[in-house]
Amino acid sequence: MVQTMIEAEGLTKRYGDTQALDGIDLAVPAGTILGVLGPNGAGKSTAVRILTTLAKPTTGWAKIAGHDVVSQAGEVRRRIGVTAQDATLDEALTGRQNLRMVAELAGLRRAAGAARATELLAQFELTDAADRAVRGYSGGMRRRLDLAASLVARPPVLFLDEPTTGLDPTSRARMWDVIRDLVGQGTTLLLTTQYLDEADALADRIVVIDHGRIIAGGTANELKAAVGGTRLEVTLTAAHDGAVAALTPLVAGRVDASADGRRLRAAVNAGVGVATAVIRALDGVGALVDDVAVHPPSLDDVFFALTGTPPATTPPATTAAASTAAAEEPGDPTGAGDTGASSGSSPGGPGAAGEDAAAPRQRTPVLAAGIPATSHADSPKGAF
Amino acid sequence: MAQLAPTLDAASGVPALSGAFARPFKDVVVLTRRNLIHIAREPLQLSDVLIQPVMFTLLFVYVLGSGISLAGGGSYKEFAIAGLVALNLTTSVMGTAVGLTTDLNTGTIDRFRALPIWRAAVLVSRSVSDILSAVLCATMVLLTGLVIGWRPHTSVPEFVAGFAIALLFSYALIWATACLGMVTEGPESAQGIGLVILFPLAIVSNAMVPTAGMPAFVRAIADWNPVSAVSAATRDLFGNPNPSAASHAWPMQHPVVAGVLWSIGILAVAAPLAVHLYRGRTTD
Repeated sequence: MVQTMIEAEGLTKRYGDTQALDGIDLAVPAGTILGVLGPNGAGKSTAVRILTTLAKPTTGWAKIAGHDVVSQAGEVRRRIGVTAQDATLDEALTGRQNLRMVAELAGLRRAAGAARATELLAQFELTDAADRAVRGYSGGMRRRLDLAASLVARPPVLFLDEPTTGLDPTSRARMWDVIRDLVGQGTTLLLTTQYLDEADALADRIVVIDHGRIIAGGTANELKAAVGGTRLEVTLTAAHDGAVAALTPLVAGRVDASADGRRLRAAVNAGVGVATAVIRALDGVGALVDDVAVHPPSLDDVFFALTGTPPATTPPATTAAASTAAAEEPGDPTGAGDTGASSGSSPGGPGAAGEDAAAPRQRTPVLAAGIPATSHADSPKGAF
Repeated sequence: MAQLAPTLDAASGVPALSGAFARPFKDVVVLTRRNLIHIAREPLQLSDVLIQPVMFTLLFVYVLGSGISLAGGGSYKEFAIAGLVALNLTTSVMGTAVGLTTDLNTGTIDRFRALPIWRAAVLVSRSVSDILSAVLCATMVLLTGLVIGWRPHTSVPEFVAGFAIALLFSYALIWATACLGMVTEGPESAQGIGLVILFPLAIVSNAMVPTAGMPAFVRAIADWNPVSAVSAATRDLFGNPNPSAASHAWPMQHPVVAGVLWSIGILAVAAPLAVHLYRGRTTD
């Protein structure tokens, strides 16, 4: 029987007038990754703080490896590693001193702590910087050191609160590799993220949190299936009054238009020649089409369908990288930053489109319909 | 791999607990070492225990002291050094509040809290590193005193006892200031409020000026001020002039007992209160 390592029921947390958590249930089996997905302020960090004994629930209970986070906090702390959203390193200490300190506080003996620190520094490619003060570390180095600090005592349960927020694409990809390795070794992991591609790529199961509640849960594929249908995304050369009306007969449900009216998206019942029909219909009303994409729903679509709000924008670094890629693509209509610019290899790719709420999250080449959702899991590495 | 982590319980992968007292002690040692690394990295932090004592000693002895004559005779220099020890120890405990609020305002405290450490270890380790600074501070005053001609006139045990009473009082104040650190928002406000409390505490006393010439009510306050008891006790134990012996206030008649009682009393209230406040501050 697989042990449930992270368990919670009816967790609520109230800060004054703010209901940060409004009834959360969780059950994470040993050796799996739960992705907790939600926008800023959804309650992700509050949930992590409660599960890691840093905050007490207002009501409800939670257990880590069978130990209550309130009444057996000490037992819980011996079994968890935490990488908080804000770095928790001591800036004045070197990387090595930080790891040795955490090792000894976690109960390792002095010599063992020193050896473990050396080992982790090598594993996280920080050996060269090991004896420099953390103050001078880059963002990626800090995150890696923070994660290393969480792993010092080889905790069976690990919490990573937005581990890649603010990282450049290379650091991000490296962090993903590290996370996959950890779970390969049997660690149970709870990972919060604002990035759909991250949850998609790493998590066995995903829960979507909004306003302190779980609004959906399941595997990435189940969530996508729940949204249903195939997604159509059209980019027009310029906004056109007749475009929505022209598309409506071809789609299932409503057509959502972006603020500038150039981007339209809707669910379609995928059939033979959908893209052709769309182009003909738009051509019929005189709308010029720059791009048509027909694809299975991405987690972005799931999130949009569940919350009615667009998912988070990806870190600036990723956007920049996408822009670079876009520049190499003369045909790119927007000239900047659609994620799909890093090519069809990442259909569920990062929502790099930036501010524009209804912007297509990726540009798949015309008629590239039917890329199976299952291919997503392997794609992000290729995207870098 | 196994040899890298001998304290891990092989079956569960969970760090094994050692003795009941070994762990809290180890936590304090590790966190104290961290505080000392901070000081080593920024030695200017020590200016208030290295430079300030020298400066205060010279300023008080040569500027303020030039206008003060002691009632029972004796040199101001001989009178002032024990008082300067108390004064410098009192004002330098501000570092405790500043250090603690700085810690509380960084994510580091969350890292400590998610580790299986003794809850009070963060506070206790701060008190340990700060009392080490206090030893340095008191030593600087005495060394400056020796250079300018002050001398103790008693036996070594009595001298050590005087030094110890001053440090015990400093340790009590460190905990009192820790409470202050727990209730102030950040290092700046801790420093501001600390100054407002500690400076009058140090000055309205017999530390620098004999109390005989003070207005009656100020003198009553000064005679009962713990800083006065500690200064008078240290003077007695150093064999330096102690004009407060003429006061009829009980603490001035029994300065050693009063100094120790004050320190123990402050410690008995402040230490549990600081732990309680820390708990409240770090629980949400």
